[in-house]
Amino acid sequence: MSFEFILFIFFSLIAAVSAVIMITRPNPVMSAIFLIINFFSIAGLYLILHAQFISIVQIIVYAGAIMVLFLFVLMLLNAKSEKDILSGKNKIKIFAVVIAGLVFAQIAYLIFFSSPGKALSPDVAASIKAGTVEQIGKELYTNYLLPFEAAGFLLLASTIGALVLAKKHFD
Amino acid sequence: MNIIPIEYYLVLSAFMFAVGITGVLIRKNAIVVFMCIELMLNSANLALVTFSSYLGNAAGQVFVFFVMTVAAAESAVGLAIIIAIFRNKLTVNIDEINIFKW
Repeated sequence: MSFEFILFIFFSLIAAVSAVIMITRPNPVMSAIFLIINFFSIAGLYLILHAQFISIVQIIVYAGAIMVLFLFVLMLLNAKSEKDILSGKNKIKIFAVVIAGLVFAQIAYLIFFSSPGKALSPDVAASIKAGTVEQIGKELYTNYLLPFEAAGFLLLASTIGALVLAKKHFD
Repeated sequence: MNIIPIEYYLVLSAFMFAVGITGVLIRKNAIVVFMCIELMLNSANLALVTFSSYLGNAAGQVFVFFVMTVAAAESAVGLAIIIAIFRNKLTVNIDEINIFKW
């Protein structure tokens, strides 16, 4: 068993367990904290996959900016804990778990049935090259220049939209 | 990375997506429902990065970059909407926010 495989087991266990804990905590602040743990472990998985740039952006944007925004709103609204996540209204909960289980079973069946591992021959040198800031920057500014500009415009529009929505009076 | 089969990453991604679906369906707090959507976006990102890395092609990681941009924009606007609803109805419980229900 190599060091890489041990790291993969470590990070994927943290990711899976923290996701399950996140949806079963009654207190929304605890949910947010476990989601942050989940984001960090996924950043670790990205590093194992040689995606350095995406890994750092995951920590800065997701675990940093977005989750701080969520925690800020949670503290601001002072949301109450949900007492009856694991009890009460059982029909809806069983239905939800059955639906999610069906989706998971379908995807897992497809993954093992189509066995993508045979079609893809991993080339370590190519994947290290693909994950660097240089390579992604080159792609962003040549092949994906128009989507990149559109993303900037989207961020501007959402900033203005959030300001307008959070204003008290529309005039 | 020759040692870890690609299926392991994809199954982890599918599992996190299923957990996100469960969370969206069972939680009552609108903000937590939003966080479950972020979890599902992240599981899709994990699958994209996995394929990008195993193919040695940077396009998947560029896609993940755009997904993160859209997620940031979406959470800013969504949380502003939740604050506006809270200001009017003094609750974020999605069972009590039902003005569009008929």
